[in-house]
Amino acid sequence: MPISSPYKPLLILLLAGFLAALISVSIGSTAIGFEDTLRVITGSGTELQQTLILELRLPRTLSAFATGGLLAVAGALMQVLLRNPLADPYVLGLSGGAAVGALLAMLAGAAGFLVSGSAFVGAMLATLLVFGLAHGSGSWTPSRLLLTGVVVAAGWGAIITLILSMTPASRLPGMLYWLMGDLSHAATPWPGLIILVLVCLMVFPLGRALNVLARGSLQAAALGVSVRPLEWSIYLMASLLTATAVTMAGSVGFVGLVVPHMLRLVLGNDQRLILPACALAGGTLLVLADTLARVVIAPEQLPVGVITALIGVPTFLYLLYRSR
Amino acid sequence: MTRLTTEALIIDIPGCASGVPLSLAIEPGQVWGVLGPNGVGKTTLLHTLAGLREPRSGQLLLDGTPLGDIRRKTVSQRMGLVFQDRQDGFPATALETALIGRHPWLSPWQMESGENLAIAERALETLDVIHLKDRLVNTLSGGERQRVAIATLMTQSPEIWLLDEPTNHLDLQHQTAVMKLLRQQAACDRAVFMCLHDLNLAARWCDQILLLYPDGQACWGPARDILVTSALESLFGQRLLSAELDGFPVFVPG
Repeated sequence: MPISSPYKPLLILLLAGFLAALISVSIGSTAIGFEDTLRVITGSGTELQQTLILELRLPRTLSAFATGGLLAVAGALMQVLLRNPLADPYVLGLSGGAAVGALLAMLAGAAGFLVSGSAFVGAMLATLLVFGLAHGSGSWTPSRLLLTGVVVAAGWGAIITLILSMTPASRLPGMLYWLMGDLSHAATPWPGLIILVLVCLMVFPLGRALNVLARGSLQAAALGVSVRPLEWSIYLMASLLTATAVTMAGSVGFVGLVVPHMLRLVLGNDQRLILPACALAGGTLLVLADTLARVVIAPEQLPVGVITALIGVPTFLYLLYRSR
Repeated sequence: MTRLTTEALIIDIPGCASGVPLSLAIEPGQVWGVLGPNGVGKTTLLHTLAGLREPRSGQLLLDGTPLGDIRRKTVSQRMGLVFQDRQDGFPATALETALIGRHPWLSPWQMESGENLAIAERALETLDVIHLKDRLVNTLSGGERQRVAIATLMTQSPEIWLLDEPTNHLDLQHQTAVMKLLRQQAACDRAVFMCLHDLNLAARWCDQILLLYPDGQACWGPARDILVTSALESLFGQRLLSAELDGFPVFVPG
């Protein structure tokens, strides 16, 4: 599909992401001016400012960016795979599996890495379960996969409620924050960022094949696309992205569903443009949301998932209302 | 120049006992018409010929090489298919839709060049839908969408054109325009193989005919040998009247 100037929207989004990160690291319990922030980034500034920005705030900002980017790209991939605008890692039950894994670990008294690791295992198990069941004995169709995902997600939801109702009250707040998405426990942003960049690079040469796949699997096969291997690799990539995001920040809903759609309404539907744009816009959205989550009722923090929904819903509805 | 041959091909229609094996030779320059009542397997045959479905038995050869031994991408450079129904999962314009026909000709890293754009625009122009190129396909009428689909095949520019009821939804003048286009393609040493419902279109424009009967029987050959009233009456279980106009047979239900 022709793009008049493919790089302009990406440049604008990159700039927006950078600005959001700048705002995010300069706002907090101790406000640091933009000038001072720029000074710290370029290597000068006081020692306190350096510690505050580079060691405390920057990792969290990068984690937020990575999480948002991962979720948005995962959502965009799932939507092409299922040729359904409702598809998203959350609808397909991936995050439900991750949540059950994390909550079980928390119930057993684990913390930190064990919770993240068990969330990752849960997400991958959920992936295998959905794909295996949808595959069944016959061939799987997008609607069958979507329906399987939705039903499995409902099952995870019931297990989550069961775990919550069996948990002593003292442990509930931590679990609820995890379920609503919370970046304060993100250990390191690097695995997420690296996976995000790698997947974007891997997906770019597949972009046109994905455009063709969006027209239906038979049409894609008639145009020379090896449909089954392509579908498998998209599904596995989307699952890996989701599992990584959920491991970092718990269950942040809504980004995977809304960011790709907002971008499609504005930029059209060329996956070669949409996928990197999703990475940038999803990241930016989550950085802004996390900044708000930190400051709205400071020193208390809100779960970031609440903010993404509160920003995302009206923006999305507005764009949808105005769309052609 | 590419020829598609089938050796003792039996297509896989669920719940249908195997029929007569088909040994067809679809040669450059020929225009084939497939006729038969609903559900007889015309679409299944087209999908099988395109390599999208496994046959129950027999094999398909593209220039003598079994279809399964050729890379999917190479196959799609030589053979293309217009489907009977299409999915419009995400909104796309008519030009974008035609342009996906270039997919088999581009490497993964290549962007569509101006040359590809020109090919797609020429195809839209030939099919008389160039004025709709920036319109979203899902806002077009059935006939306009059908023409965009044929333009996509023309953009793909294969040597074997498979079409599933290409005149569906088309008004009279566009039916004729499409049939003329297909004849022109055949004159440029391409092969055209299509399913049709209109006996008179088949009689007017096809030189080879394949009849598929509900009981699994089939017969094929040059149009003038196959298109005889008695054979067509038993094919559709319908009495027919026929006459000759301008040297072409015309059939009407009797």
